[in-house]
Amino acid sequence: MSVSASTAAAAPGALSAHRGLADRLGDRALIGLTWLASAAGMLLIALLVYKVFDQAGASLSRFGLGFVGSRTWNPVSDEFGAGDFVFGTAVSSFAALLIAAPTSIAIALFLTELSPGRIRRPVTTLVELLAAIPSVVLGLWGIIVLAPFVNNTLEPALHSALGWIPLFSGSPSPFGLIPAILILTIMTVPIVASVSREIFQTVPTELKEGALALGCTRWEMVRMVMLPYARPGIVGAVILGLGRALGEAIAVTMVIGDTASIHASLFAPADTLASRVASEYQSATTPLQISSLAYLAAILLVLALLANALARLIVGRSTRRLGASAGGRR
Amino acid sequence: MSVASVPTPPGAPTPPGAPTPRLLAGGPRRRRRKLLNRAMEGTATFAALAAVAVLLIVVGSVLLKGLSAIDLDFFIKGPAPFGQSGGGIANAIVGTCLLVAMASVLALPVGILIGIHTAEFARPSTASAIRFALDILNGVPTIVTGIFVFGLLVAGHVQSGYAGAFALAIIMLPIVARSAHEVLTLIPGSLKEASLALGVTRWRTVLTIVLPSAAGGLITGALLAVARVAGETAPLLFTSSIASTLISTNPSQALASIPVRIFELSESPSPSDHAQAWAAGLLLIFFVLLLNVLARALYGRAQRRMGAS
Repeated sequence: MSVSASTAAAAPGALSAHRGLADRLGDRALIGLTWLASAAGMLLIALLVYKVFDQAGASLSRFGLGFVGSRTWNPVSDEFGAGDFVFGTAVSSFAALLIAAPTSIAIALFLTELSPGRIRRPVTTLVELLAAIPSVVLGLWGIIVLAPFVNNTLEPALHSALGWIPLFSGSPSPFGLIPAILILTIMTVPIVASVSREIFQTVPTELKEGALALGCTRWEMVRMVMLPYARPGIVGAVILGLGRALGEAIAVTMVIGDTASIHASLFAPADTLASRVASEYQSATTPLQISSLAYLAAILLVLALLANALARLIVGRSTRRLGASAGGRR
Repeated sequence: MSVASVPTPPGAPTPPGAPTPRLLAGGPRRRRRKLLNRAMEGTATFAALAAVAVLLIVVGSVLLKGLSAIDLDFFIKGPAPFGQSGGGIANAIVGTCLLVAMASVLALPVGILIGIHTAEFARPSTASAIRFALDILNGVPTIVTGIFVFGLLVAGHVQSGYAGAFALAIIMLPIVARSAHEVLTLIPGSLKEASLALGVTRWRTVLTIVLPSAAGGLITGALLAVARVAGETAPLLFTSSIASTLISTNPSQALASIPVRIFELSESPSPSDHAQAWAAGLLLIFFVLLLNVLARALYGRAQRRMGAS
């Protein structure tokens, strides 16, 4: 470093001639090395997708695409289908997002608009730390603290108040869709909230002040200015949360009851794609069963890829657009 | 948000003759609007409080139930033989440290190199494509990563610490690369230009100017990635879970790990196993939160320094 700097200072006109071999090779080497790292990363992604589908191959050729909707899962007769797990994944993730989306948007609004300066940072940090809790610890908490609460308090209360709706019919149970939904809600809220917060911060101050100057209350300002402005980004944030909820295996498998079934009631035990893979892959015996579990993983992979690609495209576009008009804030 | 910039306070009388703007109309409608506003503000505040409360409840229960099961044996002994109580998770602590260390050795250099590539050398379109792909990789469910590594390294062979570390490295890679890219693009262009103008080659500029200036941010990214994978269970389930109960440092065999141990203990019906699971959870959560707080503090300092220069 000091050598080349003094060389440069001594003979500014003859830079290239005085550069050592190391300097000329160094540029090539570093650029080559970083290029290689990127290429390796891309290759890894391709290999991952290939390898998962490769393992699912036997099941894919035996059951075809009908596997996705078929409701049989019978290791004894070697008949497999993903229907029950697709259902469980869909219900648990959508229900979790149904709770998490409004909550997260409210949290993001609190953090950008309402919170006094002194508590803004600590609350932001605490909400983000919620995302850092390992899922296995959250699952443990789900088994030992949440499940009894769900069984003894929450589900009886839901049943007596709303029992006439099929969703809340049947007898309460500690393990099932409800605790899984609650755990997934806890896991997705911090993600959706922190992305939404970033999006809300890109709303130009002039627009917000303009609305207030017209006599809007703060809520009217949020409803008529901030939400329409931030809508695409918020949608992206929610889809990002959905991608996270779809793929969570450990915490869900610990509380959902691991039962391949479809019930109208949310009290009933169920299973998701990720959870079934986590609980059965290790003990699977026949090659077709192993392959079918890989098929479940492949469905999950496709869903997660779609959700993430869509979310990134939407969030990326809206922060670029908003960032540009808000003076390059990002 | 400043109310001072509002020219006409909503309550001020409008000049006679001027049509009353709809939004400024007083009376019961106005009261209703104010009430709705209050309700919405209350809801938002409540939502934030609820999130913080959930964090405190979870951490509180782990602390409450875990603390009593922690003793010296917990740290220095392996699991007790079947049917006996007592014992510890020393093998899992050692295993997790090894797995995370090996994963870091794999993922940190590659991730930082990718970050350098996308921030310094690649064309913008290539760089954004690579970053998009990394975001996608970040969204791959970790259980699928587990299946991938199982098919790649374990199927036909045996589980090993290497396979587990490789799975963890895949999860770390996008986190490290993304944070490296973001930190490197924050380095002021003037700093690089000054170096290049002195005739310093690009690679020396990157190694001696850019990377040292970005060190704080790079370490933050590394810490967050470590915190993330230290708590991962799903990718280890098929790659490094059938482990010895003895303390082992041999990565060619499966290594025990704290998250997998918690998962196993949680499925046991015995209360003493549950107590040990809580204790292990406490250790894990303490470690993960500590890393997170450390990373944030470091990042804050690095940003302040960069802003000052």
